[in-house]
Amino acid sequence: MADGTSVPVGVMAPGAVARPRGSMKKFAQRRSTIAFCLCLPLILLIAGFVVYPAFYAIYLSMLNKKMTAFVGLSNFAFLIRRHTFQLVIFQSCLFAITAVVFKALIGFVMAHLMHNIPGKNQRIWRGLLLVPWVIPLALSTLTWWWMFDPSYSALNWILEQLGFSAVPWLGVGWIARFCTITVNVWYGTPFFMIMYLAALKSVPEQLYEAAAIDGAGAVQKLFFVTIPMMRNIIAITVLFSLIVTFADFDIVRILTSGGPEDMTHVFATYAFQVGIQSGDIPLGAADSLFMFPILAFAAFFVLRGVNRRSREIAA
Amino acid sequence: MSATTFDAAQSRAISHRHSLHRQRAWALWGSYVALAVFVVMFLVPPFYMVMTSLKSSAEISAQKGDPWIVHHPTLANFWYLITYPNFQTYYLNSVIVTVFTVVISMVIAVLAAFSLARMSFWGSQTLATGVFLTYLIPASLLFLPLFRVIGFLGLINSYWCLVLLYPTLAVPFCTWIMIGYFSSIPKELDEAALIDGAGYLQMLFKIFIPVAMPGIIAATIFAFTVAWGQFLYPLAYLYTSNQMVLTVGIVSDLIRGDVFEWGKIMAANVLASLPPILIYAFLMDYYVAGLTAGATKG
Repeated sequence: MADGTSVPVGVMAPGAVARPRGSMKKFAQRRSTIAFCLCLPLILLIAGFVVYPAFYAIYLSMLNKKMTAFVGLSNFAFLIRRHTFQLVIFQSCLFAITAVVFKALIGFVMAHLMHNIPGKNQRIWRGLLLVPWVIPLALSTLTWWWMFDPSYSALNWILEQLGFSAVPWLGVGWIARFCTITVNVWYGTPFFMIMYLAALKSVPEQLYEAAAIDGAGAVQKLFFVTIPMMRNIIAITVLFSLIVTFADFDIVRILTSGGPEDMTHVFATYAFQVGIQSGDIPLGAADSLFMFPILAFAAFFVLRGVNRRSREIAA
Repeated sequence: MSATTFDAAQSRAISHRHSLHRQRAWALWGSYVALAVFVVMFLVPPFYMVMTSLKSSAEISAQKGDPWIVHHPTLANFWYLITYPNFQTYYLNSVIVTVFTVVISMVIAVLAAFSLARMSFWGSQTLATGVFLTYLIPASLLFLPLFRVIGFLGLINSYWCLVLLYPTLAVPFCTWIMIGYFSSIPKELDEAALIDGAGYLQMLFKIFIPVAMPGIIAATIFAFTVAWGQFLYPLAYLYTSNQMVLTVGIVSDLIRGDVFEWGKIMAANVLASLPPILIYAFLMDYYVAGLTAGATKG
C-alpha cells in the first residue's frame, strides 16, 4: 500500500533522510486516519444494527417470555422437543435444498440455451427471463396465491380442461410444500441463469477447440471443460442461494402462513409467528438462532470459494 | 488412386462441414424453442397478474369461461387505486423510504469502498471480509432483536425505522461491488492526482466516482431493489396504514378478512412492480455486469 509514497525514498540522499522519514510517517498516519474516518459510517451501521442485535439475540433467547428472568438454554430445549418445531426444521431443509437444486439445474440449462443463441439476441430473452426476479417477491407471491386460490384457481381450470380433477393447492400439506418450493424456484432461477451465463462466457473458446480437436463430443466438453471451469462459480452461487433460500420469509408467509397444520413453516415464518404475533420474543429469537450453524457453515465455504476465485484470477 | 482418395477425403470433409452446419442450425433453433417454452412458463404469473388487474369484480366472481383471458377489459381497478388515499400514502411512503435508503447506502458504501480499496489502516482487511460476511446475514435472523432496538429508539410504527434498517441490507453488497470497481482503476491515476496536489476527497469525486460510474449504477439499483421490495421489516414493525409501505400495504389493506378484491390487488401489484421493471428495462446491463463482476473478474 506504499503507492504514491514509494517514489521519494530511493532518490533520497542519506543525509536528507531524517526529515522526510518523519513527514512520511505523518503522511501515512494521516492517510490511515482518513481511511478509518471514511469507513466509520459503515462500521457504526454494522456495529449498531447487525453485530449488536446478533449478540442481543443470543441474550434474548435465554430469557423467559416476559423477559424478566434468565432461563439459560431452556428455550432451545423447549423448541427441540416440540413437534411443530421438528416440522419447521424438516420443512426448512426440504424447502432450501430442493429449491436450490432445481434452481441450479434449470438455471444451468437456461444459461446454456442462452449461450447458444447469438449475442445480439440474448439481451431481449434475458430481459424476459429476468422478470420473475425483478418483481418484488412479496407481490409476485400474491399473484401465485391468486393462481392457487381454491375456488377461482386458474391452474385448476387448465387441469380441468385437460380432463384432470382439481387440486387443493394450498389445502393439503405436501401439495402446499410443493407449491412453496415451486414459487421459490420460479423466483430464483433467473439469478442462477445470469451467474452461469457470465461464467460460461468467461470460459476461453480455445479450450473447446482443443477439446474438439482431441475428438471430444458435446457431453465430454460439458463434463471435462465447462463444469471444471465453472466449478467455483457454481459452488459460490449454490451456497449463497442456500443461505438466502434457507432464510426465506416472504413466500411461506404470504402463501400459507405456515399452514396447513404447520407443515410449511420455515424458521423465519415460525419466528415471526412466535415472536411478533404471540409476543414471545425470546422464544422467537431462539428459533431464528437455530439457523445460525447452517448459515455459518455455508458462509465459510462461500468465503473460501470467493477468496480462491480471486487468487485464481490474480494468478 | 491418390486422386480418388483425395476426392473422397474432400467430399467427406465437405459433407462433414454440411452436417456440422446443419447441426449448428438445429442447435440454434432448438435453443430458441426451448427458451420460448421457458419464457412462457416463467411469464405465466405476471401475465395473469395483468389480466386480472383488467377485470371487473363481477367478471372475476362470475367464474365463467377462460380465467386467463379478460373478456371486458376495464381500468376501473387502476382508477380506484389512484384515487384511493391509502394507496397514495403507501406509494409515497415507499418512494420516501427508497430514496433515503439509496442515498444513505450509497454514501456509506462509496466512502468505505474508496477507503478499503485504496488506503489501508489497522484492520482494514478484516473489515472488508467482515462486510462480506454481513451480507450473508439474512434479515430473518435479526428482526426480533431489532424489534427491541427499534422499540428502544421509539420508531415502532414509523417508516423511518426502515430508513435506518434497510441500509444494513444494502450497504454490504454495495460496498463489495464498489471495492471491485475501485480496485480496477489504475493506481497511476491517483498517483498523478496526488502529485498534482489533489486531496483524497477531490480524488474520490473527480476520478473514482466518474470512472466507476457503471459500478455506482449497479450498486444503486441493488439498494433500490432491496428498499422497494423488502417485506419482513415493514410487516413486523409497521401496523397503521399511514405508515405502511407498498409491500405490506397491499397485503394487509386490500385483503380485508375473507374478502379478496383480487382485481384491485393485482392492479396494485402492477402499479407497484412498474418502477423496478422500468429501471431494469433501461439499466439491466449495468446491474448484470455489477452482479457478475465477482463471478467473472474475481
